Amino acid sequence: MIKEPFAIGNSWIHRLDPRYKICFAVLFSVTVAVFEQFPSLVTALVISVCLACLARLSIKETAKRLAVVAGFLALVWIMLPLTYEGEPIFSIGSINFTRPGIIFAAQISLKSIAILLVFITLVATMSVATLGYALSALKIPDKLVFLLLMTYRYIFVIENEYRKLHRSAKIRGFSSKTNIHSYRTWAYMVGMIFVRASARADRVYQAMRCRGFSGRFFCLHEFPSHTRNIIFSVIMLIFTTCLVVLEIKTGL
Amino acid sequence: MKEIKKQTDTNRKRLIHLKDISYAYPGGMLVLNHMDLEFFRGDRLGLVAPNGSGKTTVFHIIMGLLKPLSGYIELFGSEKKEEKDFVDVRKRIGLLFQDSDDQLFCPTVLEDVAFGPLNLGKSREEALDISKKTLEFLGISEFENRITFKLSGGEKRLVALATILSMEPEILLLDEPTTGLDEKTRAILTKIIQETDISYMLISHNADFLYECTDNIFTIKDGRVINQGKMYRHSHDHIHTPSFLPDHGHGH
Repeated sequence: MIKEPFAIGNSWIHRLDPRYKICFAVLFSVTVAVFEQFPSLVTALVISVCLACLARLSIKETAKRLAVVAGFLALVWIMLPLTYEGEPIFSIGSINFTRPGIIFAAQISLKSIAILLVFITLVATMSVATLGYALSALKIPDKLVFLLLMTYRYIFVIENEYRKLHRSAKIRGFSSKTNIHSYRTWAYMVGMIFVRASARADRVYQAMRCRGFSGRFFCLHEFPSHTRNIIFSVIMLIFTTCLVVLEIKTGL
Repeated sequence: MKEIKKQTDTNRKRLIHLKDISYAYPGGMLVLNHMDLEFFRGDRLGLVAPNGSGKTTVFHIIMGLLKPLSGYIELFGSEKKEEKDFVDVRKRIGLLFQDSDDQLFCPTVLEDVAFGPLNLGKSREEALDISKKTLEFLGISEFENRITFKLSGGEKRLVALATILSMEPEILLLDEPTTGLDEKTRAILTKIIQETDISYMLISHNADFLYECTDNIFTIKDGRVINQGKMYRHSHDHIHTPSFLPDHGHGH
């Protein structure tokens, strides 16, 4: 289920105002995503690694997250050089590996690792609850924020219900095979989860109405101001500007 | 909060009056059939009946969550018909749901307890103050910043009770408050309920709990509420229960 291995910590990054962290994570990602030049891409990666070090992230947990992306990137490295048109760099028999394909794959790899690291460092270092409140403070519509928070709250309950159903099927000797009976049983279980989730939603809404809910949410969270937020903003602005300048200069 | 206040018969104010209420779930048989119920200030009433006989339905009709097919509902001295009539009722009556997971939907305990007071129009500071006091009253101050879904079953029940008490209701409707609790939590809950000066009605199947916490027992038979009178402790000191309870010891 949802674990938050990065949310616990007391580094400088952890103590920053979550609103600033979200804003600069988004700014940095959008900027890096449109880059094409290798010097700026590599610098972006270096910056994101530095930030990750500053947040004192667990290397093991970070590697686990990056491994997921690595799987996806491996696919990119296989597909792009083979399918992209352009000058072949080397060939095995009639299969050509093209130069633009390799360049493109390298760009995607650098970008995705840099962006992912920044998101782990800046966004994953807060709990989902804090993320919700920060988004709310950033004037993201209430409905979306509470969709996030409620999903986070009830996904555990729904998982438990799934486990209960699965257990009750297992103790009556059900083991999944490739036959109609198994497919039907799975369909029943999925259907039952939907039914239960919907019944649960009704009851939660009833409970909310009983406590005077009238469609408006109130946020209790406060974000105290601190000089470190300003220092962080200045640093991130300088970094991003330098990256943009580097990109434009090398691109000319 | 305050000590137990026994109301004398002369100033007993009628808080709930249900008359001729009938209710059937869609496509089902009549659950309640021309049912009458009166509830007075200072009442400590137990509702005992087999599963499916409509106990929870009665609570939900009082809260305006279910609309009866026919009948008259009078709460706090005035007739309630429409959804908007019940908005005010919900601020004055606290319903504890059977499943605490339905009741707790905020990320942290403190936020959940403050949800009701905020809906009542209290300021952020007032809401926090009331919530902290309520948690302290229940002896669970240390839960404040815990994540609601990570609480144990017993802890969830106490927090759910806190979310209701923080709204300072005039009546408590407790739907099987001790179900699924261990002896220790049950004892804590019993003590809290015994000490409150709020009038309440509770559904339970537990004879000991009913004996300890209620003055009068009602049951539902053929869709009607019937007064079963008081429970009493027998001379050879075991709990004597009305005959409709499964653990009825012996005939007298």
